[in-house]
Amino acid sequence: MNQAADGEIVHFNNVGLRYGTDREVLSDLSFTLYPGSFYFLTGASGAGKTSLLKLLYLAQRPSRGMIRMFGADAITLPRERLPALRRRIGVVFQDFRLVPHLSAFDNVALPLRVSGAKEKDLEKPVYDMLDWVGLTERTEAKPATLSGGEQQRVAIARAVISRPDILVADEPTGNVDPEMAIKLLRLFEALNGLGTTVVVATHDVHLLKKVPDSLIMRLDKGRLSDPTGALRFPPRRPARASGPQQ
Amino acid sequence: MNGLDNLAQSARDIWRNIAGSNRPDLIPLTRFSGPMPWVIAIMVALTVIALAAGLALNNAAQSAKAELEGGITIQIVEARADVREAQSKAAHARLQSLQGIISVRRVPQSEVDALIEPWLGSGTETGLDTAVPVPILIDARLDGPVTPGRLTAIQQALLEVAPSARVDAQSSWIEPVFDAIESLQWLALALVVLLAMALASAVLLAARSALGASRNTIEIVHLLGGTDSQVARIFQRSIGVGAAGGGFVGLLLAIVVILFLGKRFASLGAGLVDSGALGFWDWLMLAAVPILAAGLAMLTARLTVIHTLRKML
Repeated sequence: MNQAADGEIVHFNNVGLRYGTDREVLSDLSFTLYPGSFYFLTGASGAGKTSLLKLLYLAQRPSRGMIRMFGADAITLPRERLPALRRRIGVVFQDFRLVPHLSAFDNVALPLRVSGAKEKDLEKPVYDMLDWVGLTERTEAKPATLSGGEQQRVAIARAVISRPDILVADEPTGNVDPEMAIKLLRLFEALNGLGTTVVVATHDVHLLKKVPDSLIMRLDKGRLSDPTGALRFPPRRPARASGPQQ
Repeated sequence: MNGLDNLAQSARDIWRNIAGSNRPDLIPLTRFSGPMPWVIAIMVALTVIALAAGLALNNAAQSAKAELEGGITIQIVEARADVREAQSKAAHARLQSLQGIISVRRVPQSEVDALIEPWLGSGTETGLDTAVPVPILIDARLDGPVTPGRLTAIQQALLEVAPSARVDAQSSWIEPVFDAIESLQWLALALVVLLAMALASAVLLAARSALGASRNTIEIVHLLGGTDSQVARIFQRSIGVGAAGGGFVGLLLAIVVILFLGKRFASLGAGLVDSGALGFWDWLMLAAVPILAAGLAMLTARLTVIHTLRKML
């Protein structure tokens, strides 16, 4: 874990985003995410949740404002230095974005391979992770042969395998049954318990109650509201000492 | 097409086994192979043939130049046979006494007859051997290149003892042939350069097409923290394997063509053609073509991929 000196992991200041010459889809976003916290990002469809997540996982640069991630200015950061930041972010995409010609095993192993892990060091963590999401029997299956729920679990396993500093999940329970949704949520909580900051975008209001310590960020037409006051008066929780070793 | 794809796949599998890696390709390589190895095979075959032609011409020219360099021919052009004979002897003696001349040889009458036979027929059949005053020829070899100054000096020296003597550098007769050969060599070089450019262009288009087809996968790899170099390496390796396979096939094709043409030209029995045979170093250069083509293809793929990826975040 290597957060900024003041303990923040992400800081947005007056951030706006527009695509092309259209109106802004995100406006005046100012907030701070702290290590070890659990955030729900809610809002109606089209409120800008996915766009905000894209900024968080560095798939998009904002049109204006300032973003600081892990103490680095993400706006002016040279392109060559982005991969190092991205390796500290786990992402669960809404459409899973699994690599179609790779097996479940190889999809989950992808972040480790990208970061240069040796083949002999891959097997145990990947099989453990697949076991964690209940896919031990489907390790060699290609995404096309997996159900929506199974694909989602592979995507989640891929997002968390490298023990990221921050996990960003876009509707991670959208394609699974309620029982599996709860199970996945417990996985996120367990990861959060190890010190990972978790941001889960969802429009499922029932899910919010399942994680008692969570903080809620609500987006409405591209603007952030702060129903719990967590963004205005963030809880100064220290990063947990038992966090994962990178 | 499938045959070469299978060959390339087998090569990749063997390479993986040798390298001890069983990691899958992040980008499906079949998308990149397609017709590319065949295009490379054709390019390499044409390049090797063009290069072989250039080298053979160069060998022929060098051989002829070495043979003719320093050679001069003295013609004693005199209608009266007795005077012609006397002047030839005097010229022969004078040439032997001059510095810088290492050998002097009077061309035997039989050789002269053979030279003019295609135009005038056999002297004994036509009676022209006595009726036509054929010049006496003397071959001399200098210890260095024939310069206009040396040629004039020899002419002046002979003028005193053989006023009918005409001195010519042997190389001057064949100079137009050398010029033509040089032009053909430039043409061969231009063909090699053009084929290299065509190869690079074909690889560029294939790389762009493969990048487009694999855009989603590349985006995922990027978002997981993959670098441009990592992605470029995948394409490089893919095109490298394809180019090596295609290049090898192209080289084999070209060798068959070169050996066939060599056999046909050898049967002509012409001295200039025979001297154009390819030597060990020439074959080594030809063998290097597929390696260079694979290197060029890999470099082009890398630069194309890096350039395209820089436009992505």
